[in-house]
Amino acid sequence: MILTTQEIELTALAARTGWAIKPEGACRGEVCVPLPAGAVNHGSVNARALSDRLGMPIVRDAATGIECMGPAALGRALNSTEAAELVLPDLAKDGREFRLSSLRGQKVLLVAWASW
Amino acid sequence: MWQALRSELHPKGLEIVTVALDVDPEAPRQWIERAHPEHPSLLDSAHLVDELFGMVNVPNAVWIDEEGIIVRPAEPAAPSRPADEPRRSRELPPDTPEYLREVMAEARKIRLDSGAYTAALRDWVDNGAESRFALSPDEVIRRSGVRGSAEATAAAEFELGHYLWQHGRQELAPPHWREAHRLQPQNWTYKRQAWVLANPLQGPTDLYDSDWLTDTRKVGAENYYPPLEL
Repeated sequence: MILTTQEIELTALAARTGWAIKPEGACRGEVCVPLPAGAVNHGSVNARALSDRLGMPIVRDAATGIECMGPAALGRALNSTEAAELVLPDLAKDGREFRLSSLRGQKVLLVAWASW
Repeated sequence: MWQALRSELHPKGLEIVTVALDVDPEAPRQWIERAHPEHPSLLDSAHLVDELFGMVNVPNAVWIDEEGIIVRPAEPAAPSRPADEPRRSRELPPDTPEYLREVMAEARKIRLDSGAYTAALRDWVDNGAESRFALSPDEVIRRSGVRGSAEATAAAEFELGHYLWQHGRQELAPPHWREAHRLQPQNWTYKRQAWVLANPLQGPTDLYDSDWLTDTRKVGAENYYPPLEL
């Protein structure tokens, strides 16, 4: 996720990455990773602390100073079998926002394709 | 491409969601307008599904059950073509560029067993968790592909390049995309997306160290997709 601040709001973190901050640490599905004391304050978590503990790399563009934090590097592309929430525009419905979780109760085949 | 299978399997409880990995929305929009899909046809300009679902090429698909649990991770996926669909001619117009001729010749060697894949999908739709194609959680995670520091950094570099591209600094994107390619060479969506924005044929340019033909020949077109492990 693009870092606009060093203190990431927990709601923004959960929406973009699926990681939720709980008393036991940063959790995604069955996986929980403890965070250092003081990492969570007033509904935000410190990006550096999160990056250290979850192996989320932070890269920076030298010209603009914009930073981006990558996904957790915990060994496999999926850390949990719980499907992440995906919120994207539906081009078949004039770009209206679509939430993958709206399909709970049905089986889903999620297919990536491209025009290129 | 998926609408026929969707019509067949939707009454049995399957929804198909297609996700177009395109920085430029106009190209997928035209395809979607022609196909009149009844299923959600999403635009994922930042390639979020690479990061969130482990997609590394197209077409790649994931199976998600009624409770939102992934039962097959990202793998090459295509619907089998109806028997009555006319075969496309292999004759290329005389003015076809040489690079494109070579791409077409190489692309014909690519293998993807759409028949076996579609049969497995039908089996899962009919039998749910009892289907032998629905994998255990350990197996889903094992097969989901490696994500160490290199792959995670590649995702961050791709997203940063995409952000700069979308925010009026297109000239700053290529160095980040080059770095994504270097860190995760197995990810074709990061490579092809960058190449096509620099050259519509995904051929060589000064911006990138490689191109579709060179990289496909490097791995061998028959290995472009890993063999289906159903």
